[in-house]
Amino acid sequence: MDLYPLWNSLRIAGISTVIIFFLGILAAYYIAKAPRLVKGVLDVVLTLPLVLPPTVVGFLLLRVLGPRRPVGAFFLEYFNVRLTMTWWSAIFATTVVIFPLMYRTCRGAFESFDESLAEAGKTLGLSNIYIFWRVRMPACRPGILAGTVLAFARALGEYGATSMIAGYTPGRTATISTTVYQLWRTNDDGLALRWVLVNIAISFAVLLAVNFMEKRRKRR
Amino acid sequence: MALTVDIEKRFKGFTLWAAFEAGNETLALLGASGCGKSMTLRCIAGVEKPDRGRVVLDGETLFDAEKHINVSPQERRIGMMFQHYALFPQMTVLKNVLCGARRDMKGKAREDAALAMLEAFGILDLKDRLPAQLSGGQQQRVALARMMVGNPRILMLDEPFSALDSHLRFRMEQEVRGVIRRFGKTVLLVSHDRDEVYRMADKVALMNGGMIERIGAKEEVFSDPGTRTGCLLTGCKNVSAVRVIDESRVEALDWGITLNFPVKPGIDAVGVRMHNVLPGPGKNEIRCRVAEVIENPFSVTVMLRPVNAPEGKRAIGWEMEKPVWQSLAAEEITVHLPPESILQLKG
Repeated sequence: MDLYPLWNSLRIAGISTVIIFFLGILAAYYIAKAPRLVKGVLDVVLTLPLVLPPTVVGFLLLRVLGPRRPVGAFFLEYFNVRLTMTWWSAIFATTVVIFPLMYRTCRGAFESFDESLAEAGKTLGLSNIYIFWRVRMPACRPGILAGTVLAFARALGEYGATSMIAGYTPGRTATISTTVYQLWRTNDDGLALRWVLVNIAISFAVLLAVNFMEKRRKRR
Repeated sequence: MALTVDIEKRFKGFTLWAAFEAGNETLALLGASGCGKSMTLRCIAGVEKPDRGRVVLDGETLFDAEKHINVSPQERRIGMMFQHYALFPQMTVLKNVLCGARRDMKGKAREDAALAMLEAFGILDLKDRLPAQLSGGQQQRVALARMMVGNPRILMLDEPFSALDSHLRFRMEQEVRGVIRRFGKTVLLVSHDRDEVYRMADKVALMNGGMIERIGAKEEVFSDPGTRTGCLLTGCKNVSAVRVIDESRVEALDWGITLNFPVKPGIDAVGVRMHNVLPGPGKNEIRCRVAEVIENPFSVTVMLRPVNAPEGKRAIGWEMEKPVWQSLAAEEITVHLPPESILQLKG
């Protein structure tokens, strides 16, 4: 059994999780503080990928990044880089799809933070930096961690947009989910089942981790 | 030691305008929720910035809009206890109190100060617990210890007992009164509970719609609250609009009766506390029908309708000890309202 799809899936999910970790926290932090109207509009736009079918996301991404489309053509012409059909093309897809998960859980964590804790810290003479790292972040940490893990799990399972933008090339762009589809299509049920079991095992572990963190958050 | 406040702040559709002074005494801001009393404390603490005005503590300007002075809350050294205590949930009791300790003290000395404060509040054995593992009273003691360990210049207590069960409230009130006595400097207390305010404070400021309507010694304010809302805030439940007939007579429109007393100019309402209605004949004698008898645990409230009043007028409440009512009970009864116990109100 060639383990390349496992390795490829893990690195795609890993890299896109690191990207949305920072993007999601930043977006959540600033949007939580934004005026009502701005918040409403941005919230809808940023959450959209969560409810759109992945094929729609894939279609839109191809319209932008495809070799004959504006951004894709630009990169091809000036850097001689093709943005689609490489292993890392899938990162575009997973990043867009998992961003709302991270953003929404972080925003929830920031919004449920009790501002009077920060204010009490100020009247006690604690510096703003201390308050941010020792009061605000510890209170929001379980939410942020849960969002990160959830996003990673979702990235690992991404199929629709990934298959459209990266395709399926064994040993190059194959991920677990695209491999399962390909094996099933070619009647190799035995191998497909093995990959299915691998996928279930990973997802199981990840969700266990989420539940564990949730429980810790409630205990506090 | 003195605090001078004169601030204006717009928020949530109304303007807060608070001006007062307080010396080494306890001043209570008494008002309904949303009247701006908590906002006043927040402006003094510096966690909220007023639009206009000044805050001066012991000669040091903490805030002055015109001179662009706005001392950070960290540097104000004002002890503030928040309504739900705002204990840091991830920190132990000891760490919480250490957060309040003076930053110019180092290591061991700071820890000793924090431990001494825990001991003083009788919570030393709880030092390694998290706030969520404490009872309401214990949480309040931690909040008090955390506030006092920094040796604040004034204390501000925002609805200090609202988060407690009623049986705990009385005990904690005694403890907080002890803290205030030992502190001996300016204390601001925000509350909507008139009994609590009367027991805790020396001076009372009645707040309504962002304004201080009346401020003074608590005895004066309670015996002459001045306005209709002030009257309600100090717990007087019988209020009637009046039409002034002459300098000694008014018509109480809500009750449908005429009252005699030396009328102050410009009043448009009167109030009579429920326990100031007296049985039997006397000045402002009224023959009444008993409309309803409401039993409280230790007293009785009797709703009285003057027999000569037209239909649709409101009843007057009369509260007394249970045995008193047992000796008086009847379908019709004569009571009187002594002129000196009639509260004369404007606005």
